[in-house]
Amino acid sequence: MELLERFAAGDLEAFETLFREHQREVYAWIVRIVRDSGIAEDLTVETFWRIYKNRSRFRPDGNFQAWTRRIATNAALDHLRHARRETSLPENLPAAAVADSAVLLQTREHIRKAFSDLPAKYRLVATLALVEEESYSDIAQAAGISESLVKVRVFRAVRLLRKKLNSLGVKVNSQ
Amino acid sequence: MNNQEAKKEMEDLLKHAIAPARETELRRDLWPQMLSKLEEQSAPVNKVPWFDWALAAILSAVLIFFPGSIPALLYHL
Repeated sequence: MELLERFAAGDLEAFETLFREHQREVYAWIVRIVRDSGIAEDLTVETFWRIYKNRSRFRPDGNFQAWTRRIATNAALDHLRHARRETSLPENLPAAAVADSAVLLQTREHIRKAFSDLPAKYRLVATLALVEEESYSDIAQAAGISESLVKVRVFRAVRLLRKKLNSLGVKVNSQ
Repeated sequence: MNNQEAKKEMEDLLKHAIAPARETELRRDLWPQMLSKLEEQSAPVNKVPWFDWALAAILSAVLIFFPGSIPALLYHL
């Protein structure tokens, strides 16, 4: 019996093998969305818990990697939705290496604030498309939406960010 | 300014504040956590809510102190 068939049948050893094969990739994807290693570890475990729970819905001839990424994206999105009001982006977030003046620091803070305030679904696509430079097709596949909807969400995220930044006094060209 | 230019401008601004994630390497094996989650979630749930206990206590007290209510209770069951 193939590994995926055994997993779908509820074999714990098969699940462990799949977990060990894919945990790094799932973590790497999630940490790029949530940008916090501790949270990404928890969400990786949560992702595999959801995978295990829904194993009977997985078709062994299907693409396990794509299915895993979709579930990981949903877990990260759920986290962004719930954590939105409680947390902002971590303080130690890496920023581009530029000379820091007070004005630059303040601008950076405003940008992070505006970004943290984005609704979760826009923050997800904005992080992946604008910061991580993932392709629209990869984002669409991971989020389970169409490529054109990804484009729409990126456009709306840019518009919301511009509006928020302008209200915070950061000059951004308006259309 | 068209959509592409607006997107590029926002990309540059965001990268100024938020760099792409650099440390995406998982530093430890998460299987032990996964295993404890599986054990935790598959454990049978025996917890009885507090209000069920309170209800049982009230009912027992009524039956003990007012045995005459037993026929009425049985009638309503």
